[in-house]
Formats: sequence, structure tokens, C-alpha cells
Amino acid sequence: MPTAIKIENLSKAYQLGQIGTGTLSRDLERWWAGVRQKEDPFLKIGEENNQATISQTNIVWSLKDISFEIQQGDTVGIIGRNGAGKSTLLKILSRVTAPTKGSIKAKGRIASLLEVGTGFHPELSGRENIYLNGAILGMRKKEIDRKLAEIIDFSGVEKYIDTPVKRYSSGMYVRLAFAVAAHLDSEILIVDEVLAVGDAEFQKKCLGKMKAVSNNEGRTVLFVSHNMAAVKSLCSSGILLKNGIIQLIGNATDIVSAYLKGDSESENRKMFDGGYNNEDFNLKEISFNPKGETFNAILDEYQEIEINIKIDIKQMAERRKITFVLNNEEGEPIFTFSHSSSGISLKNGFNHLICFLPKGFLNVGTYYLSFYLIQDSKESIFIEKDIISFGIQVGERGIGSWMGNEPGFIKPIFNWQSIN
Amino acid sequence: MAEEAWDLIIEEHAGIFDLKLREVWHYRDLLLLLVRRDFVSFYKQTILGPLWFFIQPLFTTIIYTFVFGNLAGISTEGLPAPLFYMAGITAWNYFAECLTKTSTVFKDNANLFGKVYFPRLIMPMSIVISSLVRFGVQVLLFFLMIAYYVIKGVPLHINAFVFLFPLLVALMALLGLGSGMIISALTTRYRDLIFLVSFGIQLLMYATTVIYPLSEALKKYPQYSWLFSLNPMTPIIETFRYGFLGRGTFSWASLGICTLVTLCIALIGIFIFNKVERNFIDTV
Repeated sequence: MPTAIKIENLSKAYQLGQIGTGTLSRDLERWWAGVRQKEDPFLKIGEENNQATISQTNIVWSLKDISFEIQQGDTVGIIGRNGAGKSTLLKILSRVTAPTKGSIKAKGRIASLLEVGTGFHPELSGRENIYLNGAILGMRKKEIDRKLAEIIDFSGVEKYIDTPVKRYSSGMYVRLAFAVAAHLDSEILIVDEVLAVGDAEFQKKCLGKMKAVSNNEGRTVLFVSHNMAAVKSLCSSGILLKNGIIQLIGNATDIVSAYLKGDSESENRKMFDGGYNNEDFNLKEISFNPKGETFNAILDEYQEIEINIKIDIKQMAERRKITFVLNNEEGEPIFTFSHSSSGISLKNGFNHLICFLPKGFLNVGTYYLSFYLIQDSKESIFIEKDIISFGIQVGERGIGSWMGNEPGFIKPIFNWQSIN
Repeated sequence: MAEEAWDLIIEEHAGIFDLKLREVWHYRDLLLLLVRRDFVSFYKQTILGPLWFFIQPLFTTIIYTFVFGNLAGISTEGLPAPLFYMAGITAWNYFAECLTKTSTVFKDNANLFGKVYFPRLIMPMSIVISSLVRFGVQVLLFFLMIAYYVIKGVPLHINAFVFLFPLLVALMALLGLGSGMIISALTTRYRDLIFLVSFGIQLLMYATTVIYPLSEALKKYPQYSWLFSLNPMTPIIETFRYGFLGRGTFSWASLGICTLVTLCIALIGIFIFNKVERNFIDTV
């Protein structure tokens, strides 16, 4: 496959703080430095875009020395936390702003969808806006004429096509806007988080269209999203940005895992080196892992999850049991569970217990476990709230499925029967 | 390996003389659609609709006739006062509209420019053309007034210089566009200029021969004649009046200088605009 986009040493600097106050004197200073062929005093190299620390200079490098290539026909997901440089990269790619250093070379037209409905005029009708928006995105009038019927059909707003768009519901507005964008003939398509809008059915249509665009038509798609499920199911490869530099390039699944791991505050294993050591017990370890994998793996919504507890019980094991309460992020208890319900009891000395959460039991989210040591089924002799937290991530969902969160904390798989 | 053929190269610096005219040509449909949008959205949900294009110059003419013609008694070189003012206002309005609208083009379209790329030059060009539509309507009103006075038997000396009209329109458009683009480029960093433009254009009108004839001004202030010849709008309006109404101060020399100045301003404007366009979104 030939290269579609080649990015070399791309950097972009932004000025921090207030722009406008003292700019004249600063501009003169920069201009004077330029005249003397000195280095720009406000573009000192060596600053990394770390939003947590206060920068020494007034310049922040939103992108620093980025280089990569994208093959033709690839669907590439670009992910990273807020402020990682995703938007800046997209802005430069779509020529909204110019790079401070470096270059981008591309084959074919680039069409970018940083926002749907850019340039829509509320007073104009849907049809007029199709023409206007199409032209803004780089289509010729003839091209739009040819595709008009198809665009209107895709948008699903035929009935209102001659009504001013200010009378549209926000859903209709977005559908019409995406319909125009989806019919662009550019070789390279850049899409930014358009899926954040619209209902489930429309999201399905969008993703389906994007998949078709890259698979059937051999066009290159760059997709920026915070929705890991969408990235996983749509993209073949991915780029993980962090603080303006590339952290990882690889296949989409690996990139998503790396992102989620770096992102989540929860640890899947906690070793308690004597932290909980008293005359009754010594708690050594609690860990989580998907069935058949280690605690290094990401826990996702479709897996069977194992909870391992390693503990030394020092006395009266027969009268005692370990009980956990599972809390959600808001601290609300969801359910309580204990090994005693399976008829398993503790013994004095070392115990290694495994609890199996059935497949797909927990919904996506972050959960906290509270640890209780109960005596004679009535008295708590030790309580530690939120002893460990863990996150359940979205799994890979099929193209066309809902990519957002489903309501509820658990989504148990029940037995069903059909009686005809 | 052979050098690969790239269709698009985005780099740190663009060539200053790279005006991307081929791209502008590709986007010509957008230009027309933007003009149409401006025109349609202007009178949507109004009762009088396009009539508003008439009302503003008509009332201004009436006020000027009353204040400057009757109260102040400023000479109109023997022309009927409404006709004299109408000529000045029509021409001046076109220039003023081109300039003020172009000068805020980056600010007004920051949202659009921040989201999608198209040759930015399209935007000021569409402003000049949509203002031209308005100007055309007002010129029509001006012609109706000429016809009215001709039928009433007022002697008007329409002469061959009316054929300079297209040139005058082009000069006004270029002048408004050029100076507007220079200001627009500066306003992305220094917002102060926006305030300057809004009242500066008013003051500039009084420095131009809109409400008084050049001959009168030269008679009163002969020592400042160089000041009048510096203002490129003065020969344009004088020539406009001279061609249609037969009165005014016309000389090929001043029109020639005006043309040169206009071309320079337009070129500087385009180059500055092109330079600023690449990064303005970071500062606007």
C-alpha cells in the first residue's frame, strides 16, 4: 500500500496566558530578534506539554516532533487524554492552522469533519444548506447536484428539506450535516468525535458509513474519539498521543489497552506488605484478572472475572468469614458477597480464595471493594472501606451497535426460554 | 527511491507570493453561494425585504439635503442637492461597506475558519461581491433620480466619462478590499483597530468629497490641496459625479495616481492577508 500521509517532525507551539496584553511590545521584540537573525526569544525548545506543571516560559508545545506515516486505505484511530495534542494535530492536518515546525505531505484531497454543520446558515433551507455546506467542504456545485438525492435520502429529513434549518431539531440538523460530509469524495477523511452527537440509530449509520468508506472505497480515515469502543471496532491501527508526543503506534486494540491502562486510576492487583497485619489476620494480596489471563490484562464488560484473595488467618478461622461490599464510583453499595454462600470456610493459616464473577456481569465503570472480616455472622471485627478499586472497560462491540454506556451497574446474563 | 508526488504539502512557511489562485478558482461555486446566502439572509423575515436597500440611502440623502444643503448651505456646484448627495453617498457606501466588512472578516468567521479549510480569500471576495449587489440596487435608485430631474427639465451634462464607471467600481472594490484586509490582518492581534474602523470610516467620509465638492474645498483651503490628492476616494467620487452629472473636478493625473495607490494597497492587503491567514486562529 502506498503512503497516503507522511508527517515529519511536526511541532506546534502555543502562547500561554493572555494574548492581547503586551502583544505589541512582544511582537516588536520578536521582530527585532528576527531582524538580527537570532532565535525567537519566545520559542525556547525543551518545554514539554505537561499541564500539571507550571511552565517556565510562556510557550507550550502542543505537539512536539511528531513523525509518522499512514498507508492508503488505513483507518487510524488517534487517541489520548484531553490536551494530548489530538485536536492540534487535526487542526494542522485540516489546514486550519499552520505548524510551527515540520511538514505534512499528503496524496489526494483531505476533507476534515472537525464539526458537523460548519457554515450552516439558520435562515436557509435544508436544501440550500446542503449546497453551501458542500461547497465549504470543497465540493463543486455539479458534484452536489449529482449527489443531492442520495444526501437527502441518507439524512432522512426529506420532509423538511425546504424548511429553514433553524426550525430543525438538533438531531435532524446533525443528520443533515453528516449526510453532506459523508458524501465527500476526498481521498483522506478526518473525523473528530462526530459520534458524540445524535441518537443510537444515527451513530450506527455514521460508523457504518465510515467503515464502508475505508473498506470498500480504499479511502484513508483518521478518527479521533474518546469512545474506545468505537475506535476498537472501526480502526485497524492507532496512535496514542501523550503530552504532545507519540507514546505508541500500533494496532488499534493494543493502543486502546495502553490508553486505558494509563488512564485508569485503579490497579488490578494490590499487595499489602504488612499493611493489614494484626493479631487476627495478615492480608497479603487482592487481585483481579479476566479468566485465563493475568492481572496485567484489561478487564472488559464481556469477560468472566476472577477475584483472588490471599490471606493468613491467625486465629478462630472457623468462626470467621470474609465479606466484600462492591461500591460504585459514587460510593453507593451495589451488592455484598462472601465465600460462605458457596459453603467454603476459612482455615487457620494461609488461604487463597478465588471468586468468579460470571461473564458480562458488571457494567462498564469503576468499582470499589470494601473488605469486612465478620465473626459469627453478626459482628464486624475488621472493616476497611474501598480497599481496592478496579475498572471495567468497554469491550469490542459490533459495528452498528450502540457505543455509549448502558444504564445500570450490572448486566447479568439470565437464562431465557421461548415457549411457542 | 524516486521522489514521491504529493498533492498537498503543509509546511511551516508558505511562499509569500503563493496566492493559491488555482484553489480560489476551484472554490468559485462557494463564492457564489456565499453571495447568495448574504443576499437571502439579509431580508429573510422582513416585511419590506430588498426595499431596505433603497430606504437607507434615500433617508440619508434627505437628511444631508436638509442639514448640509439647506442649513449649512454648502455649495453643490449648481446641481440639485439630492442628486449631488445621492451620488456621493452611493459611491461612498459601497467603499465603506467593503472596508468595514472586510476588516472584521477573521473575527466574524473565526468559528467557520477554525473548523474547515477553504481559501480564505474567498470570504473577503464574497463580501465585495455581495456589497456589489447592494450597490447595484442603489445605483438603480440613483438612475431613477437622474431620470426624474431630466424629465423635470433640469440640465444635466451626462458625458463620455460615464464609461469610466466600471473602472471606478473596480477601484472602490479593490480599495475597500485592500485596506479592509490590511486592517483585518492586524485586528486578529490588536482588537483596538475594530473600534478605530467604526468611527474612522465616519471621519474619513468628511475628509472625502461626499458632502462637498472638491472645487469648494480647494477654494477654501488651497494650502491643503496635497491632502485631498492623497485620499484615493476623492478622485473616484469626483469622476463619478463628473461623468453622470457633468459637475466635478476631473483630471487624468489624479485618477492615475488613485489607480496606482489602489493597486498597491490591494496587493499589500492580499499578501498580508495570506500571511496572517495561516495562523490567525491561534490568536483571534
